[in-house]
Amino acid sequence: MSDRVKSERRLGWLLCAPAAIAMLAVTAYPIGYAIVLSLQQVDLRFPDEGGWVGLQNYGAVLSSGLWWTDLFNTVFLSVISVSIELCLGMAIALVMHRAIFGRGLVRTSVLIPYGIVTVVAAFSWQFAFAPDTGFVNHLPFIADDKDWFGERFSAFSVIIMAEVWKTTPFMALLLLAGLTTIDDGLYDAAKVDGASAWQRFTRITLPLMKPAILVALLFRTLDAFRIFDTIFIMTNGAQDTQSVSILGYQQLISRLNLGLGSAVSVLIFICVLVIAVFFVRVLGARQPEGSR
Amino acid sequence: MEHTAREKALWTICLTLVLIFALIPVLWIISLSFKTPATITDQSFIPTEFSFDNYKSLFEGGISESPFIKPLINSLGIALITTFISIILASFAAYAIARLDFPGRSVMLAGALAIAMFPPISTVGPLFDMWRSLGLYDTWPGLIIPYLTFSLPLAIYTLVAFFREIPWDLEKAAQVDGATPFQAFTKVIVPLAAPGMFTAAILVFIFAWNDFLFAISLTSSDASRTVPAALAFFTGDSTFTQPTGSIAAAAVLVTVPIIIFVLLFQRRIVAGLTSGAVKG
Repeated sequence: MSDRVKSERRLGWLLCAPAAIAMLAVTAYPIGYAIVLSLQQVDLRFPDEGGWVGLQNYGAVLSSGLWWTDLFNTVFLSVISVSIELCLGMAIALVMHRAIFGRGLVRTSVLIPYGIVTVVAAFSWQFAFAPDTGFVNHLPFIADDKDWFGERFSAFSVIIMAEVWKTTPFMALLLLAGLTTIDDGLYDAAKVDGASAWQRFTRITLPLMKPAILVALLFRTLDAFRIFDTIFIMTNGAQDTQSVSILGYQQLISRLNLGLGSAVSVLIFICVLVIAVFFVRVLGARQPEGSR
Repeated sequence: MEHTAREKALWTICLTLVLIFALIPVLWIISLSFKTPATITDQSFIPTEFSFDNYKSLFEGGISESPFIKPLINSLGIALITTFISIILASFAAYAIARLDFPGRSVMLAGALAIAMFPPISTVGPLFDMWRSLGLYDTWPGLIIPYLTFSLPLAIYTLVAFFREIPWDLEKAAQVDGATPFQAFTKVIVPLAAPGMFTAAILVFIFAWNDFLFAISLTSSDASRTVPAALAFFTGDSTFTQPTGSIAAAAVLVTVPIIIFVLLFQRRIVAGLTSGAVKG
């Protein structure tokens, strides 16, 4: 091995080291620490008690109805909002791609939700749907006194709406990027052969965009699975609308039960791992070049 | 391509719908922020009486009393420092990945990807415990460190995509023309790399500005609480008044500058958000 190759290697490692350390320090070490905590009884309100309890915390979490309700909520919210986002995002991407005029205007308007703090958007939607301050109940076909946050599934519909509003732009931009890589000649050839617009979409656009769609789906699903801000602001878990992240937060920070909370954290980590492996292996998503 | 009048009309309707949907929450929160306590529950989309009282109340009492000024300073300071450090570290790593040949390059990229997927809630408990014993709880560094971690993948991927497009041979060409290596770097490479770094900086800043989970978990007072977290703890002037008006006003103040910024640099942001994804 020549000196040049060696020094290039050393420089490469040297340049990557700070970023690698910064990334590992707050992920690998804490997740290891979380596993250790999850095997102990650690409750900061009773600092004298403690000790190793094995898998007892996991048993307590997995046998509680709350964990399964919250897991259902999280999966339900993720699946519904990501499906809506995919359809809407695809529609917006197609519209932007075939824009007659005002393409810049669409891009501008889809970037507004991206720039807004999630908490602010959640407040705005909450105030809009609230029976006392909101304008939504004044719209036609909606009961004037509908209490959106008083019932589980109507609260979910507002939460999903806020999530879809906030994250569809990202989906649309990713899909548009995939759309622009498709050779226009294919469409022209298909047209000559008499393919309808729908056939061109299902036979050309969808197959060629499969990688882009899978990457977008993977990142949005994992992101949706972390849902926290919107629920915290809108209901803070009332009416059985908790997500697993809210459950973890309540155990760790509100109740200071680090042992039980860490068990929840580790279980969430495992769920995310399963989702990622599912997308990468089962659906055959190639290793994406983009991080999002 | 010629378009019929019907196509144009249909397109205009689509455009208007997208625009309205995107703007409604923004216009609504602006409208609320100008309403008076008496009219805030009038449920009308446009305020019937305009007043700046909600904004004034945010700044009343100066830095020590105001519920908003200190969190705003925290938000700005923490987001700017995070952006600065993150871009420096990410530039080193991205330069190495884009230009140098060394084993571990793909491991670094795969690792960054894994961090991007990592659930932040899983680190909150351990960090809470560690920060309390290290004295980092409720401090600026206590938030900057996790923000750095979770923004680095975003910054690295954006920068690698940009750096790969830079014609690095120009550096050698400049040196052949008599420029010193330092001149070649500052006069040729830096101007070419700057747009990418700026784009990555915008994305990282927005990420740090937006965070809520770490901000409420790792802070307990105005010493380091950022605006999103402070908003969740806003209270009315008395126990009987809802803080809706002040929340709306504070929300407008942290939203409008970012929106203007995003709109000014929209081309860069779109390029940054989708960089590399095309090849995926």
